[in-house]
Amino acid sequence: MSNPLRGDVIRLYKNLLYLGRDYPKGTAYFRERLKAAFMKNKDVTDPEKIKKLVDRGEFVIKELEALYFLRKYRAMKKRYYEPEH
Amino acid sequence: MSGRVLVGVKRVIDYAVKIRVKPDHTGVVTDGVKHSMNPFCEIAVEEAVKLKEKKLIKEVVAVSCGPQQVQETIRTALAMGADRGIHVEVSGKDYETLGPLQVSKILAALAKKEQADLIILGKQAIDDDCNQTGQMTAALLDWPQGTFASEVTLDADKLKVVREIDGGLETIKIKLPAVVTADLRLNTPRYATLPNIMKAKKKKIANVKPADLGVDVSSRLEVLKVDEPPQRQAGVKVETVDDLVGKLKEAGRI
Repeated sequence: MSNPLRGDVIRLYKNLLYLGRDYPKGTAYFRERLKAAFMKNKDVTDPEKIKKLVDRGEFVIKELEALYFLRKYRAMKKRYYEPEH
Repeated sequence: MSGRVLVGVKRVIDYAVKIRVKPDHTGVVTDGVKHSMNPFCEIAVEEAVKLKEKKLIKEVVAVSCGPQQVQETIRTALAMGADRGIHVEVSGKDYETLGPLQVSKILAALAKKEQADLIILGKQAIDDDCNQTGQMTAALLDWPQGTFASEVTLDADKLKVVREIDGGLETIKIKLPAVVTADLRLNTPRYATLPNIMKAKKKKIANVKPADLGVDVSSRLEVLKVDEPPQRQAGVKVETVDDLVGKLKEAGRI
């Protein structure tokens, strides 16, 4: 009964979990919400719908990478550069 | 031209961690504290990888000096696109006193051994803020240097470097081999995602000791004391200009 997209979903979960280690509010906070979000959709079987959800997950990955970069860039800018820069 | 670029990466306490001074004032607490690659080193790796993607250079070698844990940092560089890594083993007391002078000697020896054309480093580390390693490495090798680089353009054996200086931007042209240190605006480093980390596991990390490179890592510096910065005094609000003048006179300022 295993959906062929199962591998993609698990891979997405692992990738997001890995990204969650750097989450500002903490790894535990992130993991809770990640698990809840995936569990909410655990009964979806339509491959179209699953693909859409996985795409949304990929989008979240991009958003997190952008968040992490901006946070770091702003912190470095604040610490090392004069205000008018 | 070997087309080989050496990138130095340093493992430091993560930028977002609140630093605590050890009770004995000999240093800061590092046990159990989150560490990551120095942000300026990330920018250096990104620049090297970008040059390789543009096919302007052939190989990116990531180097780090320190104990076993720095291999994590080298792995991150490999995940970002470096081809192989070199771990220069320095641990214990030697690691505690390892500074820009020792690291630059190591990098210079490695540059000669690996026949590197270019060394890219972060401009400074966020833990010691020395801003010396790049400059010292260039001096030891007698190579030109492009420090505080916010833009790097490679054309055959010439490097055009736009530098961020106090007055604005300075553009210089230097000949390879050279040392470049990366400034904040040089590029946007890619995140080392899990799939990339997994792929990077196949890449090799060589182990080397400073003695093998003929480098003496003993330090001429001794840290006497480490303290927190003084607590900021609370400000005082005044109602009128006369009050302000009064307070300034009290404080002996006028």
